[in-house]
Amino acid sequence: MNPDDQPLMDPPPQVPEVDRSLLHELIAYLRDNRTELREEWVERITQAQLLGVMTPEEIFSEVTAVYDNYVDALETGSVETLQAYARDLSERIIPRGVETHEVLGIVLLLRDVLARALFVEYQHDADLLNRILDAYEPAANRIAVTVGVSFVEERERVIREQQEAIRELSTPVLQVRERLLILPIIGVLDSPRARQLTEQLLGAIQANRAKVVVIDITGVATIDLTVANHLVQTVEASRLMGASAIITGLSSKIAQTLVDLGVDLSMMRTVGDLQGGLEEAERLIGYRPISKGNKPDAAAN
Amino acid sequence: MLVAILRQGDYLIASIQFDLTDGQVLELRDDLSDRIGRSRARGLIIDVAALDVIDSFVARSLGSIAITARLRGAETVIVGIEPDVAIAMVQFDLDLEPLRTALDLDEGLSLLDRLTQRDGEDGA
Repeated sequence: MNPDDQPLMDPPPQVPEVDRSLLHELIAYLRDNRTELREEWVERITQAQLLGVMTPEEIFSEVTAVYDNYVDALETGSVETLQAYARDLSERIIPRGVETHEVLGIVLLLRDVLARALFVEYQHDADLLNRILDAYEPAANRIAVTVGVSFVEERERVIREQQEAIRELSTPVLQVRERLLILPIIGVLDSPRARQLTEQLLGAIQANRAKVVVIDITGVATIDLTVANHLVQTVEASRLMGASAIITGLSSKIAQTLVDLGVDLSMMRTVGDLQGGLEEAERLIGYRPISKGNKPDAAAN
Repeated sequence: MLVAILRQGDYLIASIQFDLTDGQVLELRDDLSDRIGRSRARGLIIDVAALDVIDSFVARSLGSIAITARLRGAETVIVGIEPDVAIAMVQFDLDLEPLRTALDLDEGLSLLDRLTQRDGEDGA
């Protein structure tokens, strides 16, 4: 067999001239039948129950945009415009809860719809159909991959941003009085967060010249051995920086867990609730509450 | 003498400006112990703000300096531990109990004032 007779067995990466003219024919066909194919696609999407969170009008307008971008990408071989559009689309639909399988699903449906249309159009000439498909398939697959990857990348970017935001929000170190900081911990305390929290706290101790820090863990549901040890280390590191740490808000469950785990708590100064912790902290710093209108001595009693 | 030891009233202040070898740490310990006795100091401040790292040997040595100093009649306060250094130190799992610490020299001096004053009251 002469390899020259079988140019379709191994499609070269660059589209040859003859295929390019086929591609033009293909694209002209897709443009001519834009309305029908688009409707066919929308119908298939509805049948497959994809994009359930979007209204039919929204689906139709997005479908039109994707279709046109798709044909453009086929024509120019450049997926950049489509990629940008896919990113933009993802940004709009991710908050509405569109899943990865739906996005991949609709792109693959479009590929199928178009391929099916090509079969119908060129069924009289098997050889031509073959060559048309050879021009069509690599480009179509590349487009599907591009859209899928853009969607996933966009989603990962959103997730990263949210993680960042949660990290920033979840560990505020607040100054309540001169040289008195509070660190309210809410949510799940895992090792990376405990470490980050320690760093933030020590930085704040240095910046605010804190004498006492109150660490409130009312909002922490559970604790394990690693995290308990982190907490002990945080207290000890604060002490090395010259600040006493007071732990408040240990739930009875956590207290029980700490005892069961055998964590050495001799270094830990604990007070039942945040109010008690602040009072203890003020006492350590040397404040004394004085009621207005009363003599200091009377207030102390 | 590699570490300058300054005298401020009843207190001695040793400011470590660069990372010491193990030998130099021991030399410092002996120096300080000697100076406390001669100057009849009641407090000792060791400033470690310039150190990028405090390894387990240095940490242990600081502890033994504090204990030695107490036997010679002086309270010891370590000042100027940086956040990174503090985190590293607590991860060694050493017994850091003998170390009294304060944020900086200023805090260290007022802590010493309180410590020595209380000792005086206890004795009275």
